[in-house]
Amino acid sequence: MEKYKRHSGVVIPLDRANVDTDAIIPKQFLKSIKKTGFGKNLFDEWRYRDHGEPDQDESTRQINHEFVLNQPQYKGGTILLARENFGCGSSREHAPWAILDYGIRTIIAPSFADIFYSNCFKNGILPITLSEELTQNFFEKSLNIAKFSLEIDLQHQKVIDGETSYHFDIDDFKKYCLLEGLDDIGLTLKNENDIQLFESQYKKNYPWLIRE
Amino acid sequence: MALTLYEKIFNRHVVKGLEDSYLIYIDRHLIHEVTSPQAFDGIRLNKRKIWRTDSIVAVPDHNVPTLDREQGIQDPISKIQVDTLDSNCVEFGLNQFKMNDTRQGIVHVIGPEQGLTLPGMTIVCGDSHTSTHGAFGALAMGIGTSEVEHVLATQCLIVRKLKTMQINVNGQAPKFISAKDIALAIIGHIGTAGGTGYAIEFAGDAIKDLSMEGRMTLCNMAIEAGARAGMVAVDDKTINYLKDRPYVPQGELWEMAIKDWKQLVSDKDAAFDQVINLDAGLIEPQVTWGTSPEMVTSISGFIPDPNLQSGSKKKSYLQALKYMNLEPNLPISDIPVDRVFIGSCTNSRIEDLRSAAEIVKSKKVAKSIKQAMVVPGSGLVKMQAEKEGLDQIFINAGFEWRQPGCSMCLAMNADRLESGEHCASTSNRNFEGRQGQGGRTHLVSPEMAAAAAIYGKFVDIRKL
Ligand code: SF4
Repeated sequence: MEKYKRHSGVVIPLDRANVDTDAIIPKQFLKSIKKTGFGKNLFDEWRYRDHGEPDQDESTRQINHEFVLNQPQYKGGTILLARENFGCGSSREHAPWAILDYGIRTIIAPSFADIFYSNCFKNGILPITLSEELTQNFFEKSLNIAKFSLEIDLQHQKVIDGETSYHFDIDDFKKYCLLEGLDDIGLTLKNENDIQLFESQYKKNYPWLIRE
Repeated sequence: MALTLYEKIFNRHVVKGLEDSYLIYIDRHLIHEVTSPQAFDGIRLNKRKIWRTDSIVAVPDHNVPTLDREQGIQDPISKIQVDTLDSNCVEFGLNQFKMNDTRQGIVHVIGPEQGLTLPGMTIVCGDSHTSTHGAFGALAMGIGTSEVEHVLATQCLIVRKLKTMQINVNGQAPKFISAKDIALAIIGHIGTAGGTGYAIEFAGDAIKDLSMEGRMTLCNMAIEAGARAGMVAVDDKTINYLKDRPYVPQGELWEMAIKDWKQLVSDKDAAFDQVINLDAGLIEPQVTWGTSPEMVTSISGFIPDPNLQSGSKKKSYLQALKYMNLEPNLPISDIPVDRVFIGSCTNSRIEDLRSAAEIVKSKKVAKSIKQAMVVPGSGLVKMQAEKEGLDQIFINAGFEWRQPGCSMCLAMNADRLESGEHCASTSNRNFEGRQGQGGRTHLVSPEMAAAAAIYGKFVDIRKL
């Protein structure tokens, strides 16, 4: 996993509440057995006017110019700004894979759905929860100011808007893994002995759950 | 100290406290073809071993065809995914119910059916509707693919402790009010984010009255209320349901197990972070009108007027009605219905099919309906239904009788809506495009879906 570094980027305002993972990456693209290549189909049903299929040539697609990702001022944006309950619905990790593959490393929203939120961290994406007022403020700016950018400083847990910076909360362990680009399987396996010990005691307590 | 059911199960699985989360031990890992290939790749890539292969059971369900599957999968991309599951199971020595095994079915239907789901277990699957298994007094959670890989390699999951919510559904549910209506009414009440960060325990007389299958329907929909886990305390129904199922412990172990399971209830004085009370007697048959399960009302209701809402809610209502092509103030009973889908891990069990068949019996599907289909949740449900003659009731009425799988719940296989079509569906998600691009889903109970097929629109089944 790539380390999450301090960076600034153009903000892409996605002005919808309850954006679900079916919208982030429609199911026909879930048939891939890989983790990459989903970026071109991020928000497929909103981004294009025709129905997309995996392995389709992008240049033949009908672009929906109204959709935010297709508007020139947001091209190359790396920070997605969203409304409440972002990422609800299915647990598909294809959703963060698509977001990452598109080039987005940070999502700001007033709230996130649980599974999506934790999936982001496994893929080097930082989901930042900010208040309704603050996100509203950023929405207005990103709609009115050309190339409105924010700087994200994960180390100090700050979103920086020009002269002003705003604090955000994040679980220490998750922050550490993002900053170091750590795979948490490796970390968990450092506890191999503890797991084995637990398992043997557990087997004694609940013998019907682990059979030889 | 008095503990909630969630806390009791959680505590017995803590391997280790981490900084602000916990390493918990996982008892059962269910796997399907869509969210597992990248996890197995990770295992291979990092040359890791699978920690406990006997905790894993795999089944293909999302991509499988529901017609003529004996002839194999026609869609080459779906086929690769199912074949990949096969080869991963062979390579790692995992138990799999393959596509043409009668035990095959939707992962959340076969878990309980086979007795793979037991009280007190921690159960995970790379699928959000894993919450279904909580009906057995288990802690069951949907996880992402990275977590699938993590559980494969370590038998553990890193989690934070959830907050606890108790939803009491008091009193008696009126006739024709099913678990699905209770679930939708709850979501209408607390919203699709109402349960975020919580494990919900469903309690109260109306929940005790539900059969195990009804409890599964309810817990299945907990995720649509934003909760990662839904659960119901163990009682005699739980134990009777499980007795003698293939993977359930037998003999002395069974006796030991039920002694333990009987303790899997929240203590009397246990404190929940939030308690919600609903009156079952007031619940009417529910129909969703929008693109989120919280956009729901009763059969006697009307499409709401977005102009009476404000802020982002107004905006979502406007977006939803535009997508659904519905006008404010339209009676729910005037929504056109083009297709009917009875199936999915929410409502494809034998009781669902029985109650739908009861409505369909000796009637015909309305001419205006383009397609009505029944997709049993598993090969065994299908067999049982056929034994009872339910298949004939459906077929005689003009329904299609299909082979088990997820089917039109998410339209990954060939079963899907055409753009603009309205569907009365017993599934769990009415998101834009969920059942096919441009498709318009209305979530209802099996009885309501069956009646919609017969009358060509939503009708009040209480008045039939
Ligand atoms: S039936 Fe639908 S909700 Fe259930 S597992 Fe399959 S796709 Fe998911």
